[in-house]
Amino acid sequence: MANVTLRNVRKTYPGGFEAIKGIDFEVGDGQFCVLVGPSGCGKSTLLRMVAGLETITGGEIDIGGRLVNQVEPADRDIAMVFQNYALYPHMSVYNNMAYGLRNRRMPEAEIRTRVEEAARILELAAMLDRKPRQLSGGQRQRVAMGRAIVRQPKVFLFDEPLSNLDAKLRIAMRVEIRKLQRRLNTTSIYVTHDQLEAMTLADILVVMNGGLVEQIGNPLEIYKKPATTFVAAFIGAPPMNLMPLASDELRSQLAGDISASEAGILGIRPEDFVIANESVPGGVALGLTVEAIEHVGAETFVYGTRQREEQGVAANPGELPPGEVIVRVPGATGPAIGQRIRAVAPRDKLHLFTADGRKRIG
Amino acid sequence: MQKQAVFQSKLLPFALVAPQLAIVLIFFYWPAAQAVLQSFLLQDAFGLSTSFVWFENYQDILSQPDYWAAIVRTFVFSFAIAFSSLSFALLLAVMADKPLRGGTLYRTLLIWPYAVAPPVVGVLWVFMLHPSLGILARGLRGMGIDWNPLLDGNQAALLIILAAAWKQISYNFLFFLAGLQSIPRSVFEAAAIDGARLMRRFWTVTFPLLSPTIFFLLVINIVYAFFDTFGIIDTMTRGGPAKATETMVYKVYVDGLLGGNLGSSAAQSVILMIMVIGLTAVQFRFVERKVTY
Repeated sequence: MANVTLRNVRKTYPGGFEAIKGIDFEVGDGQFCVLVGPSGCGKSTLLRMVAGLETITGGEIDIGGRLVNQVEPADRDIAMVFQNYALYPHMSVYNNMAYGLRNRRMPEAEIRTRVEEAARILELAAMLDRKPRQLSGGQRQRVAMGRAIVRQPKVFLFDEPLSNLDAKLRIAMRVEIRKLQRRLNTTSIYVTHDQLEAMTLADILVVMNGGLVEQIGNPLEIYKKPATTFVAAFIGAPPMNLMPLASDELRSQLAGDISASEAGILGIRPEDFVIANESVPGGVALGLTVEAIEHVGAETFVYGTRQREEQGVAANPGELPPGEVIVRVPGATGPAIGQRIRAVAPRDKLHLFTADGRKRIG
Repeated sequence: MQKQAVFQSKLLPFALVAPQLAIVLIFFYWPAAQAVLQSFLLQDAFGLSTSFVWFENYQDILSQPDYWAAIVRTFVFSFAIAFSSLSFALLLAVMADKPLRGGTLYRTLLIWPYAVAPPVVGVLWVFMLHPSLGILARGLRGMGIDWNPLLDGNQAALLIILAAAWKQISYNFLFFLAGLQSIPRSVFEAAAIDGARLMRRFWTVTFPLLSPTIFFLLVINIVYAFFDTFGIIDTMTRGGPAKATETMVYKVYVDGLLGGNLGSSAAQSVILMIMVIGLTAVQFRFVERKVTY
């Protein structure tokens, strides 16, 4: 049971590449922290620094109140689940789980108790004698989990543990991991590039980009109030519509709004639109030509283009091409392709950012 | 998906394998058949008459204590060469596998000795360890060791083993490095987090995962020590002093080409051939079963 604290953590590779540019955050005891960001944002590097697999160039990392900068991975009292599971291919499932305990000279009887308990929780009891190559992807993943939990460490570290599984299994395992973590109440740090995994698992969500933290907080808070356009576009699927507020009809619609006067970018989530004929006072109405329709079943996504083309917003991952707007409509009914529609959003659903996208205004 | 290639013409596949077959037939099967035939023949001292003697040559050679000594010597040499070159190559490979500055350079340098021909290796070591010329021999003398491989049989044997093992290190190193690099890095990282220190990690993770490579190399090295050490022995000791470094393959040469006893020499090479076929068979059996952990 431990807190994990990062203070101004930096990582510069020998070639001079700065992977982590100063990161601060704290994960409280028993909390589930998710690091999310696009590939290359430094999230895995940061996790590996907590594990002790990468050296720390600057700053401090504390685990359970102890500075671990110079501590070997084995002595940090952590366990890690790797993306490729990293099981020992020549050992049985039992020995894979027992290995870490044997290295710590635990009595065989206790090892047996712990491994059998873990196997029971993870439904691996029938497979203890098998070798990893005789297991399916999901079973291997569970063995990797088992190897982490038998150790009863202070902190679990997960490095994209579900990305090698198929979509259905990924959702099932996601729920399993969350339940297991709640039950064991072990502080966890989990790295993913999947915003849905991030949203569903996290107590604390850390959104990273380019070696820096974009936003830290409760996942729903981040969803409701993204601090930057990067976070706005990254969290939520389909992504938030971001439109430049240059001198066009959008600005004139918000003319009376004082807080909107400094804003450069307007963001509206696809689900916050309503297709309607009359506009909402204080809100925004967009005239769109329907270009494409996606029927998902419970909802329908309408892709439209705005009549008046404006300059594009700086391209972020997952962002829409300039001028294109996604509108989510509940149910299976939607407009036809080529139809002209009006998408309306009320004032309290508008996200306003500065022109560079780095600051939220309201 | 179709795995077998389908040829329109019936002749083309034969034409394609013909060059390879020709090489194998001319340089392996034909001499081998010659050796087998020769081993059943006995020629008089002037080569005037030849008679078919069935297994007499074999009976003769197997009843010589000299030959048994050569067999034992060959096995001792082979295992000593294989063990020392394998263990040293593994050590180097484990070291070179670490991400270090200039890694590519010294990896390349470590591979170079393999390009040196065995007789050149022999000459190289002879010069370094020659009792009156060698720089290393001088050092050994300085330490109070009575170094003279020209007279001392055990020292001569040591010299051969050293030179032959050195030559083979590069080859083994290359395979070990490839073997190490095929193990996912995260497995070592998992072991490090699991609390296994360097030596324990080596013996419980690296070594077992390299066992297919180790086994393959063991057989290759023994076969190398059986045959390819000929050039080294010939340049360094010529089987001496007093036959202390005369291995089976060198005895084939001594008895046949120098002694002129072609029947006995042929019988010896057939025995060698059988041994190597046996080794290879063992290897194939293991490669198919044990080796995938």
